[in-house]
Amino acid sequence: MKKISTANQASSLVRFSNWANKNRKWVLAGPSMIFVGLLLTVPLGWTLFLSFTDARRSVRRPFDLNGIDNYISIFTDTDRFWPAVMRTFAFTGGALFFQLVLGMIVALLLWKPFRGQGVIRTVVLLPLVATPVAVGMMWRLLFEPNIGFVNEFISWFGIPPQPWLANPDTSLATLTFVDVWQWTPMVALILLAGLTSLPEEPLEAARVDGANAWQRFWLIIVPLMWPVIGVAILLRGIDALKTFDLLYATKGKGGGSFNDVETLNVYAYGLSFDYNEYGIASAVLIFFFLMILGVIWTLRMLSKVKY
Amino acid sequence: MKLSSLTSRSIAAASAVVLMGTLVACAPAPVDITGSTIRVTLANHVWTESIKELIPQFEEETGAKVEITQLAEDQLSDQYNVKLNAGTDEIDVMMYRPLQENKLFASNGYLADLTELASADAEWDWTDFQPGPAALTSYEGAVVGVPIITERTTLYYRKDLLKAAGVAVPTTLDELSKAAAAVHKANPDVAGYIGRTGKSAAVTQFSAFLHSYGGTWINEDGTSAIGSKEARAAYEFYGKLIKDHTKATINPEMSWPEAAAVFQQGKAAFMADADSLYKNFTDPQKSTVSDKIGFAPFPAGPDGSKPYNVAAWAVGINEASENKAAAWEFVKWATSKEITTATAKKGVMGARASVWADSAATAEYPAELVEAIQINGQNGVGLDRPLVFAVAKARELVGNPIVVAIAGGDLKAAIDKATADFDAFLKTDK
Repeated sequence: MKKISTANQASSLVRFSNWANKNRKWVLAGPSMIFVGLLLTVPLGWTLFLSFTDARRSVRRPFDLNGIDNYISIFTDTDRFWPAVMRTFAFTGGALFFQLVLGMIVALLLWKPFRGQGVIRTVVLLPLVATPVAVGMMWRLLFEPNIGFVNEFISWFGIPPQPWLANPDTSLATLTFVDVWQWTPMVALILLAGLTSLPEEPLEAARVDGANAWQRFWLIIVPLMWPVIGVAILLRGIDALKTFDLLYATKGKGGGSFNDVETLNVYAYGLSFDYNEYGIASAVLIFFFLMILGVIWTLRMLSKVKY
Repeated sequence: MKLSSLTSRSIAAASAVVLMGTLVACAPAPVDITGSTIRVTLANHVWTESIKELIPQFEEETGAKVEITQLAEDQLSDQYNVKLNAGTDEIDVMMYRPLQENKLFASNGYLADLTELASADAEWDWTDFQPGPAALTSYEGAVVGVPIITERTTLYYRKDLLKAAGVAVPTTLDELSKAAAAVHKANPDVAGYIGRTGKSAAVTQFSAFLHSYGGTWINEDGTSAIGSKEARAAYEFYGKLIKDHTKATINPEMSWPEAAAVFQQGKAAFMADADSLYKNFTDPQKSTVSDKIGFAPFPAGPDGSKPYNVAAWAVGINEASENKAAAWEFVKWATSKEITTATAKKGVMGARASVWADSAATAEYPAELVEAIQINGQNGVGLDRPLVFAVAKARELVGNPIVVAIAGGDLKAAIDKATADFDAFLKTDK
């Protein structure tokens, strides 16, 4: 009896082993798929469900399905929603543009070896390792219009003091600058990795043919770097769209008293945590999610375009 | 309700005591909570600091362990939103803002009904709590929280600057405006008046101006009252008071810590805010002008002096807690006469009438402050923000004209829009 059961056990082990070998990809990927499924799909599905309900104050209270009412209410909201969408794109576009230009300049400067390169690289990368909330607090003090260092600094050049974060007309631009300050090193790092892997030959040939520095950059380096630039835009773009900590740490709830730095993320946060409007907040988040997917898709299409 | 084994044991023990006939009618037998852990969530506040020093006493007396989570006001609200929404039993006792959250939390079923517990113990004495604050921690006739801190709008002023400028302590809002102008003129680097400027944060302090001008938030018929002549005048006055008597660029996001910082640095002559904050100004470690601070009742407007007089904070018990018996023992201890007196001596103004009547409790307070508190207490109005379900949203709506007034924008348009928005909001806040 015992012998038979051992034999049975052995054969079932073999059968499992064969099955596992045949379905290697599922067995190996399975745990992480379940993990992702639970941690990503369930909350996303729940948010999607809530976006079609009138849930508010608490999700433990009874609520009803209300169709696409929440979507209609946000799409017709020209007070908070659409301005927040515009600000999200203005902030992301502005930050991304300057980060790419400055990141490319920094990467080109760090490309060829020079003395003290290690130290310079470390210093350039420092803003990257700082916590965004700490960065926000630091810049908030620096930009303080009455006692902050920035106004003191510009006064040395005869420039009158500016309100910076204290004025709704200048606050978003000021925070875009802070974002550029913090994240340009990351773009530079990605571009530098691309530059160091460039083949030498086309550049040598161009130099021999008499191409000047600008021509070599614009006609050789940029086309060769195009896929890397695409990656930098994709990574940083998505990250910038989702910026929350910097905006919240400097301007607080609702993106300030005039909602002047209220992006979609800050708006959705306010809707759920301050207003307890879970249905509408979920609709905004689903829109935001689809918007990010749309941006990713557009960028991927663009990166396939031949330069 | 699911009873924990501990609670069941406690009930069994209590029943035994009853059977033995040793129970005194007015004081229930102390519940044995030895070995239990009470998880308490508290806000950053002077009360919290005082109670933390006393908690070892409670632990020693009862054999229970108290675990504290302490958070800033906004983070505390976020925690409650996340955890209570998820039905957590990880919070037993919660410190919350009755005016902001009592209606919302109670209607959500987050707060345990304490009516029976509160009325059962004559020694602890629920009737000793001032009626105004006690009403704010009740919901539909049930007691759902116990008020721990009361506040009134007090006018803080700089004695030295007023004396140097030759102006008397203002008793009316007109005098306040003139005094602020006079001090600013004599000291151009000093703002005549500093106050909260943030859209939501300013609402509570602005309420004293609104009510003193004869305005209110909501009409009796449930419509917006912020478009009234009186409210418009109050918005305009508050905006000008801050804007016209300073040469500094005004930060439009100030809550009390930012505004208080300006005052602490000696850069402002007047500030009207909660009296419970007075230690921030009189503590030499926090304030550069600690010995120059004066206190006055809130100045009278066209409709008299009407500061708020409210329960700013309360403690309640999480309905989902499985440790309610122990949680109640903690709440009872923390709000007892003895502890309220002890925290009052440290500068926390509680809600117990007997403690206010005890001159020893407030002996350490500046005499001028005690007088201001008494006068403000008599004149006070029981609310400082619209009492609705979604208070956070309502505050932003009625706060919009405040920031426009301070920024010097088109106030009429801002009030008209805010009135329409607030009216639309009130229709849905049911």
